[in-house]
Amino acid sequence: MTKTIVVTSGKGGVGKTTTSASIATGLAKRGFKTVVIDFDVGLRNLDLIMGCERRVVYDLVNLVNQEATLHQTLIKDKRIENLYILPASQTRDKDALTIEGIARVMHKLKKSEFDYIICDSPAGIEKGAKMALYFADEAIVTTNPEVSSVRDSDRILGILQSESKRSKMNEEPVKEHLLITRYNPSRVKDGQMLSVDDIVDLLAIPLLGIIPESPSVLDCSNAGKPVILDDDSEAGQAYSDAIDRLLGESKPHRFMEAPKKGFLSRLFG
Amino acid sequence: MGFFRFFKTNKEDQSAKVAKDRLQVLIAHERTGRDGPDYLPMLKQDILDVIKKYVSVGDDALSVQLETQDDCDVLELNITLPEDNNTSTVTPTAEAKRRAMERRQAAAKVT
Ligand SMILES: Nc1ncnc2c1ncn2[C@@H]1O[C@H](COP(=O)(O)OP(=O)(O)OP(=O)(O)O)[C@@H](O)[C@H]1O
Ligand SMILES: [Mg+2]
Repeated sequence: MTKTIVVTSGKGGVGKTTTSASIATGLAKRGFKTVVIDFDVGLRNLDLIMGCERRVVYDLVNLVNQEATLHQTLIKDKRIENLYILPASQTRDKDALTIEGIARVMHKLKKSEFDYIICDSPAGIEKGAKMALYFADEAIVTTNPEVSSVRDSDRILGILQSESKRSKMNEEPVKEHLLITRYNPSRVKDGQMLSVDDIVDLLAIPLLGIIPESPSVLDCSNAGKPVILDDDSEAGQAYSDAIDRLLGESKPHRFMEAPKKGFLSRLFG
Repeated sequence: MGFFRFFKTNKEDQSAKVAKDRLQVLIAHERTGRDGPDYLPMLKQDILDVIKKYVSVGDDALSVQLETQDDCDVLELNITLPEDNNTSTVTPTAEAKRRAMERRQAAAKVT
């Protein structure tokens, strides 16, 4: 059975692409045949984060328009077995994708026996974001500890509950997961940033993980490597934990506390 | 934390608390727009139109909240009427005055 997971947020720049890359890589590393699809038509970026930008020949729009086959369009990851990337198109035509076209692609992926289809949603609540979430079985709602991000996450939850295929067909609702990214425990401790508890309280969906703000995310994107492959980084470890939870394991949440500082570093830090 | 912030009381830094309070109100408000039955926005507009017949208020004067309790749904209406500078009551619109006049005349005829 293929599972389709959308990574969505409403608000832009909160870490959807970073998350899509790491979640897909993490699942493939555990042996699941996984494809990650960039739905950000016009603003292709997942290829850069995955480090395969020079191998893009065809894209999602070519595939939808049947100008290329699935085999020609999918890019096989060079590091991880079982991992494939489906890049977005650079076209400026916002109507290049249709639900019927995407449905055909999803059908082909299912026939190719993918275990997971990860959909990297564009920002916003317009057509592109709705298209990315339409076929989802599960949703990873990526949220930063910040007012506008929390509000937009709540709006995207509303859209998941009313405009996804599952809601329209009266099937079991899309399974929702909250992923808090760019979390800064010391600012939370100082009362300057919404805490995990605040956000869980407000959005009222189960917490999949907390990804701390971490310089290694930038380092990894510079190198074209999903941060989950950086075992030494906190963000990488936090994404690994999130994979375990996604697969049904229960694990305590880490990276919620600020590192303890000595007196001098508290004074001058 | 830095040299100066170490000595500062933490009170004025607690902006997260303000953020949460604001979000709580806002999200609850925005959810009623979508979780309720399809007719809720239209119902709200109709109620607002009726209010406007008598009092001049803006579109934000009415908030509608649908709460699901154990065995029933409760529709909660909150209408904020404008304050009047001279009196504490609101000024009726011309339409309201005309209707009141009609009512009184009708009542006078009965007696
Ligand atoms: N945990 C993190 N720590 C530090 N920086 C991060 C973290 N997560 C994401 N970022 C940075 O935030 C920026 C936005 O990330 P990303 O592109 O993944 O967001 P997005 O939601 O996909 O954006 P868009 O809405 O434009 O598609 C990038 O510069 C990324 O490096
Ligand atoms: Mg993105």
